Amino acid sequence: MESHENLKSYKHRLDDALDNHFLRQAMDKFAVAYRTSRENAFAGMDVADLIQQVADIKAAAIADSKALLERFIKKATAHGVHVHLADTAEDANRIIGEIAQKTGSKKIVKSKSMTAEEIHLNRWLENLGVEVTETDLGEWIVQLRKEGPSHMVMPAIHLSRFQVADLFSDVTGTDQDAEIDRLVKVARKELREKFVQADMGITGANYALADTGTIGIATNEGNARLVTTLPKVHVALVGIDKLLPTLADALTVNRILPKNATGQAITSYVTWITGPSECTTAPSGKREMHIVFLDNGRSKIAADPVFAQVLQCVRCGACANVCPVYRMVGGHQMGHIYIGAIGLITTYFFHGIENAKNLVQNCTNCGACKAVCAGGIDLPHLIKEIHARIQDEAGHPLQSLLLGKVLKSRKLFHSLLRTAHLAQKPLLDKKEKPYLRHLPMIFSSDHNFRRLPAIADVPFRDRFEKLHKPTDNPRFTIALFSGCVQDFVYPEHLEAAMKGFAMHNIHVTFPMGQSCCGLPAVSMGEKSAARDVALQNLDAVDLDTVDYIVTLCASCASHLTHGVPKLLKDYAPKKAAAFADKVVPYSVFMNDIVGIASAVRTGADVGRKTAFHSPCHLCRGLGVHNTPHELIEKSGNQYVPTDEEETCCGFGGSFSTTFPAVSNEILTRKLDDVTESGADLLVTECPGCVLQLRGGVAKQGRKFTVCHLSELLYPQSEP
Amino acid sequence: MVNTTTGSTKELAAVFTQKASLVSACVHEAKDRTEAMDKTLALLAQKPPLDPQMASGKKQDPSKRILAAPNLDHDGFQQLSDLCRAFPHIHLIRDRLRDFPGGIDMGVTTADFGIADTGTLVINSNDEHTRLATMLCEVHVAILAVSDIRETALSMTKELEMLVGRKGSYTAFVTGASRTADIERVLAIGVHGPLELHIILVEEK
Ligand code: SF4
Ligand code: SF4
Repeated sequence: MESHENLKSYKHRLDDALDNHFLRQAMDKFAVAYRTSRENAFAGMDVADLIQQVADIKAAAIADSKALLERFIKKATAHGVHVHLADTAEDANRIIGEIAQKTGSKKIVKSKSMTAEEIHLNRWLENLGVEVTETDLGEWIVQLRKEGPSHMVMPAIHLSRFQVADLFSDVTGTDQDAEIDRLVKVARKELREKFVQADMGITGANYALADTGTIGIATNEGNARLVTTLPKVHVALVGIDKLLPTLADALTVNRILPKNATGQAITSYVTWITGPSECTTAPSGKREMHIVFLDNGRSKIAADPVFAQVLQCVRCGACANVCPVYRMVGGHQMGHIYIGAIGLITTYFFHGIENAKNLVQNCTNCGACKAVCAGGIDLPHLIKEIHARIQDEAGHPLQSLLLGKVLKSRKLFHSLLRTAHLAQKPLLDKKEKPYLRHLPMIFSSDHNFRRLPAIADVPFRDRFEKLHKPTDNPRFTIALFSGCVQDFVYPEHLEAAMKGFAMHNIHVTFPMGQSCCGLPAVSMGEKSAARDVALQNLDAVDLDTVDYIVTLCASCASHLTHGVPKLLKDYAPKKAAAFADKVVPYSVFMNDIVGIASAVRTGADVGRKTAFHSPCHLCRGLGVHNTPHELIEKSGNQYVPTDEEETCCGFGGSFSTTFPAVSNEILTRKLDDVTESGADLLVTECPGCVLQLRGGVAKQGRKFTVCHLSELLYPQSEP
Repeated sequence: MVNTTTGSTKELAAVFTQKASLVSACVHEAKDRTEAMDKTLALLAQKPPLDPQMASGKKQDPSKRILAAPNLDHDGFQQLSDLCRAFPHIHLIRDRLRDFPGGIDMGVTTADFGIADTGTLVINSNDEHTRLATMLCEVHVAILAVSDIRETALSMTKELEMLVGRKGSYTAFVTGASRTADIERVLAIGVHGPLELHIILVEEK
């Protein structure tokens, strides 16, 4: 994991992980079970409010971390603790190594600490000839296997009981059954000896309380209690981001941390230690206690206006639990040391650009992590920010550079799309018209996991004049924002919608100066191109003349609503906000604003069991959950719920071309879920999702069809 | 969150019992300390012999039961030793717990507080024997006065600060027996701490 690998070898690792059947099944089961246990744990609570409290407490503590550190040191020193400050990982290792040597410690027991993983502490101590034993069961298992943890809370989640049984058979020299209770007892016995022999104990800390100089440690197994009780020396390694003012703050964070981590109301043990406690074997009658505060780039992050919120992380691991990519590839591929969405971000800061540059692309931008983050961190946004920063520092890859360049000029971009239409002609599948059979050179062969649609003969922008029906006394005037995929690949989605607009007396304008919304540029780390197109779009629409800006693409809607104001906050904040205010997704416009009635229709277009795939940018991006269900019912079809309606389909724009194998697995899981529901039809509200889902259905020969909500409401069979 | 002033002692005890049971703690009731001690000894009588965790060290007589009661006050400990006299196989201790690294059968401690909304015990563990008794025992019995149950940790911040904030303090929140889900996320009880947790709620202090 240490070597600086290129994207290709990283992809090979992803492939291996996808081939690991156990891992896949374990992760799948976990993803589904986690959702329910988290819901139960928070039942009856206002989760958003709790998260906000935690975010506020952490944000204030980060801003005040210098003063908190000073206060802590003063208190703890008065209690008799030796407090050390480590600027870098190496400093921390050196300090702890010296403590071991000074105290003559030959054997060390450790309880789980991600911070110790971050600095590779074990390796350092072992090089000094000290025996280090991890005592958390999962951590001990991965230590024996010479691996790193694959989850921040459940380090050995990638392993089966059989693998653990084999490992324990080796360790004990006797055959061990693959029975979990028995395996746990093996660890209990093997490790008890280690606890008793240890000269020194090392822990992390979940909380460091400045007002009292107290550290708080949460565990389930009880190992941290033994680590801080039996040996004569205790060293706690604590990131400065763990500082909080008071016990009440820690208790507030602790209300959400275990619930978010594992769905537990609270961990079995929370231990509060304020200075050296009694130790009957120590000469002074008190344990020798050291606290090593680690910076390792944290103050720099704290001072960064964009990234400071990274330190609001309480290490609950939830952002991995819900991540569709993590679920497919596991933790060793979804982080360097820190895992999940937060790992994609912090790897850059703690372990450098080389370790971060591939990782940071492995995100579909689905927003599932943000929706559960205990610290209220805007994770997907920061992942894109890091991506852009890495590209600015290490150079932009050709493809992304080209995209950026092309997007800057709308005319160039659109004429390229038109040329691509001509270039694809010889490649079109003769029998099944709408799909490209072979892919143009720019796509890799493993991109073939879904059938790609062809670029339309005539883009929507060239059809608009003909479709446009002027209305007297319109109920609303709207600007239709098409997005590039619908404009050039699926103009029929917009054509269907035009029928509805006409029926409801809505005056439609189509600003010809509109371009791509800019999200693809953001997701390829091309921030400046994204800003340019955002400004072009602002210029294209005359806000005074329209009531709403309606888009049939949930990704565009979400990006125009949340992304563009962020991008333009130093350029055109007022205009961007006014623009964002008028943007509504299609379903909300038709159902809640126009208020369409149930359709009266008969024949083939009604009575079908219809599942909905909720685009990430609709449910999490815009908070729209049930409106599309109502529209499905109004169309005369029967809405059927699916287990993972709001789970990503794996498209994620450039994600699906960078990591096609992972994208395909996420897609397959999605399609399986729909198949299980027995639906005849799968409806969604984003052309990117249609592209992914329809392509997957065609390639895998699934028995249901895919369409956009507009096509469901206004079928082709009707005039 | 329930309002602190409305939660009657009885209601709090009921919530505490329910939440503690959810994490596989067994909650018992006793009207006073004498009854609580009787119950403790009854639990000890049912307990299977110790499974020693250390290969090294002296072997324990399988007919013996070690009971540690480090934090009972003087009268309480006296009372328990009197009761134990009727059971010659019980070896009652209150200190030197380091002599039993392989484990002890039972640790009985008083708890300072209970927290209803999570079924948590708060135990002042400043002295090493209390700590070891609750860590090395196979069965932990905690005696908790109903009047010491509070609604949430946050609602008793002041009381907790008194415990936690003092120099040399080692305060333990204990919720259920020790547990892990590190192998295949399957819950297993009893890792490095007790295999069982019993809580005896006492009406009168
Ligand atoms: S946005 Fe989605 S894919 Fe990206 S890290 Fe978060 S959960 Fe994973
Ligand atoms: S980033 Fe948020 S969800 Fe992820 S571990 Fe940190 S607090 Fe938990």
